[in-house]
Amino acid sequence: MRILRNLSRDRLATISLLIIAVTIIAGIFAPLFAPFDPNEINMSLRYASPSWEHLLGNDHLGRCILSRIIYGIRPSVLWVLVVLFISVLAGAILGFLAGYFRGKIDAIIMRICDTMLSFPGYVMALAVIGILGVGLENILIAFALIKWAWFARVIRTSVMQYAELDYVKFSKATGISDFKIIFKHIVPVTFSDIAVISSGSIGSMILQISGFSFLGLGIQAPNPEWGMMLNEAREVMFTRPELMLAPGLAIVIVVSAFNFLSDSLQVALDPKLVISKNKYKENSPYSAVKVREKEVAN
Amino acid sequence: MLKVDKVQKSYKKNGLFSSERQIILKNVSLECRSRECLGIIGESGSGKSTLGRLMLGIEKPDCGTVLIDGMNVEDRRVRLGNISAVFQDYKSSINPFFTVEEAILEPLKIQNKSKKENIDKITTLLNQVGLPSSYRNKYSHELSGGEIQRVCIARAISTEPKCILLDEAISSLDVSVQIQVLELLKDLKRIYNMSYVFITHDIQAAAYICDRVIIFKDGQIEEIVEIEHLKDVKSVYARKLLKSLITF
Ligand SMILES: Nc1ncnc2c1ncn2[C@@H]1O[C@H](COP(=O)(O)OP(=O)(O)OP(=O)(O)O)[C@@H](O)[C@H]1O
Ligand SMILES: [Mg+2]
Repeated sequence: MRILRNLSRDRLATISLLIIAVTIIAGIFAPLFAPFDPNEINMSLRYASPSWEHLLGNDHLGRCILSRIIYGIRPSVLWVLVVLFISVLAGAILGFLAGYFRGKIDAIIMRICDTMLSFPGYVMALAVIGILGVGLENILIAFALIKWAWFARVIRTSVMQYAELDYVKFSKATGISDFKIIFKHIVPVTFSDIAVISSGSIGSMILQISGFSFLGLGIQAPNPEWGMMLNEAREVMFTRPELMLAPGLAIVIVVSAFNFLSDSLQVALDPKLVISKNKYKENSPYSAVKVREKEVAN
Repeated sequence: MLKVDKVQKSYKKNGLFSSERQIILKNVSLECRSRECLGIIGESGSGKSTLGRLMLGIEKPDCGTVLIDGMNVEDRRVRLGNISAVFQDYKSSINPFFTVEEAILEPLKIQNKSKKENIDKITTLLNQVGLPSSYRNKYSHELSGGEIQRVCIARAISTEPKCILLDEAISSLDVSVQIQVLELLKDLKRIYNMSYVFITHDIQAAAYICDRVIIFKDGQIEEIVEIEHLKDVKSVYARKLLKSLITF
């Protein structure tokens, strides 16, 4: 809760959060928000420019672009979030085990991670697609397979740094169980690191998924997806460049929103800042005075 | 009571490919008797903190055992409520997300007492270490170093352990605060009948509070002296420390 309150003080973060929330809600309830069926072909409206009925115009098959963008949220954003959640969860569990218990567990987990990370991400994804065939779900599987190792690595480093602190040592010495220590002392402090790295990597994952769809390896026509919409618009890039605008902007806006949010989270989750800021805002009479001083100065 | 028996500890040497190990503790045996304050003095890097971690059961020795009342401290149920610690670095001794109350409550909670009992206990503990009970809702970054160290002492004595290990617990404090904390430790020891293992560089502080002092050097015990005979100490390091005191 206090994280939200802190974020709300940062205007850019508020806007980013709003954009992300609206995108997610629109994606989940796409049938309610989309004015038309995204796959409905209407050749009489081919390349129609924006109108009140079709706010963003129509594409080469006369399909409503706005509806396609809204339905495209599902593969482009929602599924990415699901994959991210899975890989962060797997990475976090292994990272916590490795970073907290050290020793042999650490060595084994890290060697597996090294093996996974030694393949370049794109090559791995292409290999998985080669084996399992073209399709969104296969790309998502490939992503989950690649990303967990990276998350495990980063989270392990963060855990190791906190597991050496004196309050953890004290808890260990007084005989509190490892499980409790991890949940009470290590998860809260590493949570900020995890939130920041995962929100930071959503952006690149959205771009990569769109990239694969752009290459025709992801979701298959006629289903809408932002990267694929870009690909379709590419054919008429010189005669009708405006068709690239909607999916391109959608990608840019959502990716930037996630990146800005990740920056602001970094500040908002710092325990010292969080706690002290709230305290002073609530109790101290002179924060109001300061604001007034500023007004005078202006 | 707390018995260290022929303990050896080594760490891997830095370097990716070297499998050589650096031996930090060599065949250390000592005993901290009941209600005794045992000092451990030694140069920096002699392995005092490492010995402390082994005594707390946080790390395992390569060979040898650490026993408390005949039971191995590696088992965390043996440590529960029997042993406790105060560390040097007050900045990281309390979880930044915890209030003073939550911090002290943490070891108390395992003892299955009623909530009201625990809350009352915290009030007495805070008073005993000389802090007003209004401090219970403060966070660690709102306290001074001396105050944090007092909270840590309150937290350490909350379960009324048999033994507390103080690893340079007063080294990072101001000299005047050091004396206050030492006084406090002495008083608490009388009230709770605990034994202390007091790790320090400061021979003066050790002389003030300890009953026996172990001079530690290069991972080995060089000498054990009763505090009354401290001026007759033979080891070079302790002589040097004593001399520097006299010249001042
Ligand atoms: N986890 C570790 N891994 C590798 N080497 C370690 C580790 N902990 C301690 N050492 C080494 O053990 C030696 C003794 O360290 P220790 O912290 O016990 O010294 P100390 O006597 O407490 O020193 P000080 O008085 O400065 O606190 C040092 O040389 C240190 O490099
Ligand atoms: Mg030390």
